[in-house]
Amino acid sequence: MNIHEYQGKEILRQYGVRVPNGKVAFTVDEAVQIAKELGTKVNVVKAQIHAGGRGKAGGVKVAKNIDEVRTYAEEILGKTLVTHQTGPEGKEVKRLLIEEGCDIQKEYYIGLVLDRATSKVTMMASEEGGTEIEEVAARTPEKIFKEVIDPVTGLLPYQARRLAFHINIPAEYLSKAVKFMMGLYQVFVEKDCSIAEINPLVTTGDGEVLALDAKLNFDDNALFRQKDIVAYRDLDEEDEKEIEASKYDLSYIALDGNIGCMVNGAGLAMATMDIIKHYSGDPANFLDVGGGATAEKVTEAFKIILSDKNVKGIFVNIFGGIMKCDVIAEGVVQATKEVGLTIPLVVRLEGTNVDAGKEILAKSGLNITAAESMADGAQKIVTLVNNA
Amino acid sequence: MSVFINKNTKVLVQGITGSTALFHTKQMLEYGTNIVGGVTPKKGGTEVEGVPVFNTVQEAVLQTGANASVIYVPAPFAADAIIEAVDAELDLVICITEHIPVMDMVKVKRYMEGKHTRLVGPNCPGVITPEECKIGIMPGYIHKKGHIGVVSRSGTLTYEAVHQLSQAGFGQSTAVGIGGDPVNGTDFIDTLKAFNEDPETEAVMMIGEIGGTAEEEAAEWVKQNMTKPVVGFIGGRTAPPGKRMGHAGAIISGGKGTAEEKINVLNSCGIEVAETPSVMGETLIEVLKKNKLYDKCKTH
Repeated sequence: MNIHEYQGKEILRQYGVRVPNGKVAFTVDEAVQIAKELGTKVNVVKAQIHAGGRGKAGGVKVAKNIDEVRTYAEEILGKTLVTHQTGPEGKEVKRLLIEEGCDIQKEYYIGLVLDRATSKVTMMASEEGGTEIEEVAARTPEKIFKEVIDPVTGLLPYQARRLAFHINIPAEYLSKAVKFMMGLYQVFVEKDCSIAEINPLVTTGDGEVLALDAKLNFDDNALFRQKDIVAYRDLDEEDEKEIEASKYDLSYIALDGNIGCMVNGAGLAMATMDIIKHYSGDPANFLDVGGGATAEKVTEAFKIILSDKNVKGIFVNIFGGIMKCDVIAEGVVQATKEVGLTIPLVVRLEGTNVDAGKEILAKSGLNITAAESMADGAQKIVTLVNNA
Repeated sequence: MSVFINKNTKVLVQGITGSTALFHTKQMLEYGTNIVGGVTPKKGGTEVEGVPVFNTVQEAVLQTGANASVIYVPAPFAADAIIEAVDAELDLVICITEHIPVMDMVKVKRYMEGKHTRLVGPNCPGVITPEECKIGIMPGYIHKKGHIGVVSRSGTLTYEAVHQLSQAGFGQSTAVGIGGDPVNGTDFIDTLKAFNEDPETEAVMMIGEIGGTAEEEAAEWVKQNMTKPVVGFIGGRTAPPGKRMGHAGAIISGGKGTAEEKINVLNSCGIEVAETPSVMGETLIEVLKKNKLYDKCKTH
């Protein structure tokens, strides 16, 4: 799960990780009011969307007085920002962060991620702040330093110091930088983060070490014990179809193509997208109905697939293991009747009770094309969609 | 012979009284798996499907001599269940449960350092040695006894591969689902090592997917150490970056973990990779022919 920058900063504050003073605004008047309350000479008006690259897209402006705060808030609120992370359709700005400006001495990068190779949390640091870490890794990998953290001890002060020295944080900022890193690690562990990235971390003229930006992502599997994080969820930032799917425990991801897919199992669902592409088709989605799909779930899955107006055909690919093919077939028939399907449907069934399943489809009298294998099914749906 | 499990494996079912566990306990018993006990706190002294239930793993081990367990405990309590099984010094723990918080698994992995227990999973279909022992949730009947080892990060994709092999007449020595989570127990290399040492296994099918670098590391290991042919498949060529494709571990992040990258490394290490999931079986059979293993591996 993702949250906004201002929400991330609220969490950081709770852990004593220093961030500039600031508040969220939903209207231009609120933005002006917050700037007045901050009472600082310079304020920053920052678009709050779940995507990076806001600055380059014109979503971050430095205002030198209250009038400029108003002008920039008017300009950015309601604007659709297109960044390298939003996709070409962009994202509409509905919230602003109004923050005090600060006297930046230098920008750094600090990030925490899970290192899969060691199965441990790793802190990364670089003095190339403000640039994306992937870019630094590609261009100057020697400028990235890492500390692998033992979950028993947590991040130790010497590790934080070592990182600070490696990235050349001046000695007068050292103790504050260490405190910052220790607090950030605490946030990561206690809030079940999957990513905690501060880019840039800055040193300021008045001796502070501050998080100028904050990107916190959370482990979806841990949300059951992170109620305060769940409260930060912003449905405006999520795909409607993905929200609908999550209500029915369906794993759905929207893609750009025109062939809807319904599959059981994540691996098979990915492989189904691949094989459609292999036969020059274009998958419209990833959809794993899971192991315990019922007729109701299959119906919901169909509705979600069909709510995507780009979909011109559906490929159902099921390998019945524990899930029985006849149950799936019943679900497909019921769903087809209920939603009044008008586009081509190809169904490939294999595994437990496959014959019973095929019989149900054949006897249904519906316009369902049966496929003998994944390859056969993929070829058939691509042909049907292209000829439609 | 086989890897990890055989007809002598004595299995405990942790969380046996839950509905999923009950269903699969029945299926495993029907397959012939030697299930000696179950564990559910507060249900000790009862019996389900003719299997005695205990309050703790330790007690179950003392009473039954179990050497393996399979976990169906819900995600919030699963890490505790794994550690309880490791503490009871079982040889093998297979965790089927999905959606375990990753920070829980980080602790489990750290706890297991230096312990002799092997963990398979979590978020996996389990392990099966055809006609001997099935521990997990896979459909038993698609498997046939034979000489192909199968190791995979995905459940249904494993069934797909096994089905293709069985249909074509090539039985399996053991099929191991290592699971789709970013932090798991047994990895590709552990399993490949076991297959390499297993006299029954003649060739291996390795099924990976986007995310992480486990496939690349396994490929390097194969190049250096493996004496038996390995064929691969990688799912997720069309997966968009930054999106988790169902499995917690299946994500391309920071441009890393793409299918193309993995396929290139596998190829450069001499591993043939099936072009589509439909030809996983065919690709392996071609490699068997090249290595003059076709007749030896054709079991039915």
